[in-house]
Amino acid sequence: MKFSEQWLREWVNPNIGSQELMDQITMAGLEVDGFEPVAGEFTGVVVGEVQSVEPHPDADKLRVCQVYDGLETVQVVCGAPNVRQGLKVPFAVVGAVLPGNFKIKKAKLRGQPSQGMLCSESELALSDNHDGLMELPGDAPVGQDMADYLKLNDITIDVDLTPNRSDCLSIKGIAREVGVLNSMQVAEPDIQPVPAAHSEVPEIRVEAPEGCPRYLGRILRNVDLQAASPLWMQEKLRRSGIRSIDAAVDVTNYVMLELGQPLHAFDREEIQGGIVVRMAKPQEKLVLLDGQEVELTEDTLVIADHEKPVAIAGVMGGEHSGVSPKTRDLVLEAAYFDPITLAGKARHYGLHTDASHRFERGVDYKLARDAMERATQLLMDIVGGEPGEIVEVASKDELPSDRVVDLREKRLADVLGLAIDRTTVEEILTRLGMPVEKLLKDGWRISVPSFRPDITIEEDLIEEVGRIFGYNNLPVTEPTGSLGLRVREEARRPVSAIRNYFVDQGYQEAVTYSFVDPAVQKLVDPDRDGIALANPISADLSVMRTTLWSGLLKTVAYNQNRQQPRIRLFETGLRFEQNDQRIDQQPMLAGVVVGNQYPENWVNGRRTADFFDVKGELEGLFRLLGIEIQFVASQHPALHPGQTAELMRDGEHVGWLGTLHPQVQKNLELNGTILMFELFLNSIVTGYVPNFKEISKFPEVRRDLAIIIGADVAFSDVERVARKHAGDRLTALRAFDVYEGESLGEGNRSLALSLFWQHPERTLNEDEVHSLFTGVIDALKEELGATLRS
Amino acid sequence: MENLEQLVQDGLKAVEGSDSLQALDQIRVEYLGKKGVITQQAKTLGKLSAEERPAAGQKINEAKGQVEQAINARRAELEKAAIEAKLASESIDVTLPGRGQDLGGLHPVTRTLQRIEEIFARAGYSVEQGPEIEDDYHNFEALNIPGHHPARAMHDTFYFNPGTLLRTHTSPVQIRTMEAGTPPFRMICPGRVYRCDSDMTHTPMFHQVEGLLVEKDVSFADLKSTVEEFLRVFFERDLEVRFRPSYFPFTEPSAEVDIEWGREEDGSIKWLEVMGCGMVHPKVFDYCGIDAEEYRGFAFGLGVERLAMLRYGVNDLRMFFENDLRFLRQFR
Repeated sequence: MKFSEQWLREWVNPNIGSQELMDQITMAGLEVDGFEPVAGEFTGVVVGEVQSVEPHPDADKLRVCQVYDGLETVQVVCGAPNVRQGLKVPFAVVGAVLPGNFKIKKAKLRGQPSQGMLCSESELALSDNHDGLMELPGDAPVGQDMADYLKLNDITIDVDLTPNRSDCLSIKGIAREVGVLNSMQVAEPDIQPVPAAHSEVPEIRVEAPEGCPRYLGRILRNVDLQAASPLWMQEKLRRSGIRSIDAAVDVTNYVMLELGQPLHAFDREEIQGGIVVRMAKPQEKLVLLDGQEVELTEDTLVIADHEKPVAIAGVMGGEHSGVSPKTRDLVLEAAYFDPITLAGKARHYGLHTDASHRFERGVDYKLARDAMERATQLLMDIVGGEPGEIVEVASKDELPSDRVVDLREKRLADVLGLAIDRTTVEEILTRLGMPVEKLLKDGWRISVPSFRPDITIEEDLIEEVGRIFGYNNLPVTEPTGSLGLRVREEARRPVSAIRNYFVDQGYQEAVTYSFVDPAVQKLVDPDRDGIALANPISADLSVMRTTLWSGLLKTVAYNQNRQQPRIRLFETGLRFEQNDQRIDQQPMLAGVVVGNQYPENWVNGRRTADFFDVKGELEGLFRLLGIEIQFVASQHPALHPGQTAELMRDGEHVGWLGTLHPQVQKNLELNGTILMFELFLNSIVTGYVPNFKEISKFPEVRRDLAIIIGADVAFSDVERVARKHAGDRLTALRAFDVYEGESLGEGNRSLALSLFWQHPERTLNEDEVHSLFTGVIDALKEELGATLRS
Repeated sequence: MENLEQLVQDGLKAVEGSDSLQALDQIRVEYLGKKGVITQQAKTLGKLSAEERPAAGQKINEAKGQVEQAINARRAELEKAAIEAKLASESIDVTLPGRGQDLGGLHPVTRTLQRIEEIFARAGYSVEQGPEIEDDYHNFEALNIPGHHPARAMHDTFYFNPGTLLRTHTSPVQIRTMEAGTPPFRMICPGRVYRCDSDMTHTPMFHQVEGLLVEKDVSFADLKSTVEEFLRVFFERDLEVRFRPSYFPFTEPSAEVDIEWGREEDGSIKWLEVMGCGMVHPKVFDYCGIDAEEYRGFAFGLGVERLAMLRYGVNDLRMFFENDLRFLRQFR
């Protein structure tokens, strides 16, 4: 909410500067977002009077005026359409400096001398209105300095109010706070009931009392809406961020800013029969004041006449029933609308108005009558007219009830960590308008005023006392409490250990969005549909990732486009999958590698990373985690059909490792061989707790063999067969050479293996090792068609 | 015996002239081997009388010793020369760069998160995780943000359907943890959160850490010390901290926390908002089945990217999610 400091100081004027005042408000919980001067910096501008206007002899759009500045009359050439004889305007005399350091000098315009400039609002940086000259009232004293005349030594303060503080959406509310903070009385305007001058009253029927517990209407006859609202009112509105429209609208806005009660004025002629407050009917339409036509939904509270809706209650009036300069009789509305009924309605229609902002947060439910009287009086002062009686329709059952809330002294001290003395507590609450209704044995019974809908429980009062006392005046103490020890599973490695492992392997961690481009995801995970957001920020961030690859590959593209040929990235995070009615959110670990395996160096540094580099890194990870993983040749739609491994742990799928399918790579416009892996984190983080085995004192025996075998026989099969026949004492089996060449014949390859045996309790003798070794060779021959390489 | 002296002289000369270990070994064999010329001298002992033998024997031994000593000395010399030659041939340009794998790095958000986790872990806080696709109940309702609450509008929520959404804060993890356990609690919930907002200073995804402490006797004064200490430990500076009254539906009293971040032109402190905090709202305890008369709690929340930006001087929030390697590499 924006307001003028001067206006606030009319209510309460502590002896502190502007900055201190703003700091005070901020530290009371009404955060000052900013402030700005109410006008640009200028000098030499006075109230001038246009004494005559003649056409310019050589320019159609310019006029030659004689302007009196209080001392002398000078000639000024002016192009504004609204310049006319007798008009009082801001007049920048020769030597004046306007905002933007614009100096006014003697000039000639199309041959006519001009001494000074008549100003628009925008030229004084009062507003951005540059439609014409700023018109001053007839009683403006000619010659007076404009800054003095408009009391421009003022700032607009913008407070960013939290949604609970609807009571501060008015000068009255802010003044109350400032009064409390400075222990000062607040001067309120004297509001008296305006006696009725006639007996005409509006017919009001409230059919939806739960949405509108209180509705007040009054007829104001014979008003003259040609009359402009006074400059002081226009200025206060302007300095509070509201443009002057006409007297009726200005007065309702003024009272809303002043007291916090939104009001509305209807043209009585456009109200057919009487006013009905009801829920909208199906397909009812309404053209709003801003010109847009809306179709109302049935949960919308409307103000209607006997034929049609004329306003969305508490949000915006209809265009048709709005006031115009021709309006003779007004129907003035002041109501209390239920915040829950109004919640979200404005937003539903794409609106956010000063009225809806207040009603949604809760307006003082006892304020309507005072506001109505205040507005009536102001209107009569400006546009004349004869007021009728106020008609009030109130449903006691639906109105909020008067509340009391108990505050215990001990609870207050326990929560804040300080026992604040009783007088201070009572003074704070009383000044906030929450008097002590009754002293209790252990505290106070506080009566809650109608303007504080946010105060419903003891904690609300504790907060009030705390914030006015000052959070920064509360002590600082260390929390005490039991610090029990927590279970720490040894076999389970923290994800941070996995991250650090990849960092050590040269991977850079990425954090990509959890929502991705469905087109990219379709390419890397065609078999699954990502869960779609109902309101995505953009089409390329519209579905939840089913694999971390979607984001990582986009990151590869981003970096390849920025001259980064060597990319090694990993990410951990959730992937999302819809399984019938359940949403599965699985933590994943994924990585992508492209470019050289090692940073380019002076020895053999340009080798491109391949499948076995990444596999080796994963094997290192599995050793770190203490788990056994099998790599099984498999197929994945996004991966190269001949370079894909499904990762299994004890027969359970735990992830994938492979080379990105060249077609997918082309579609994604990526360069180079891209290796990728993705693993279910929960399936790999738990390994084992070490269990000591006696170290054998006896020698280990090694035997090597080289076989020629079909290239389509997997090493894992060779290993399986070899292990099966190598006996219990085999301690290791390693491949130390793989070779494919013409000399071996088409479709063959040579594999060299070493096998290691060791017995825990004795030395293995030559015969038994030999027998096991030949057993392995025979099995490889028989089961896999291997031949021994000579 | 008369030529023993001559043999020694010859031997010593030969040793001195030897230029390799093999040559030296040959000389050793030639003079001191079983059939070596000096060794052979022992045969002459038999011709001597018993009285003469010991003295002659001793002379032969002395001669052997003399030659042997010379050989050993020469061997040491030659060995030393050989090592030096080898070392000279093995010399490398040690200024050439080393090779091997480069070091990667953690994302600055992770780096910051880990730091925060470590700081709180030492004070006994556990780290709790929860789902990112949340239900309305845990993200709003149980945090005292009912359907009509104006605070909902401030949250810019991503929805899948009316009851399912992307969590807008990590607070639902607090609810889930309190539902599942019994007080006291001391925990932090780090993680990704989502708001439907994207511009210079907002990304649709960012990270939060929320903390919760529930004990029988805890106060706003305790909250103040926890937050102040955390900020000073995190920034490793004795900075000014202030607590400004604010509003969150799930805490009361609530405060926003500002830290001193430079000075204004007039010398006054420039304040920067970094955290929100407050005492757990009794309704939140009600939702979690905790007796608000028996237990009290405080909660606090912070934006990880914001702290990372301040800590590392990053000037554009969006860089965190572009994952430009030239950016990421600065944090390893």
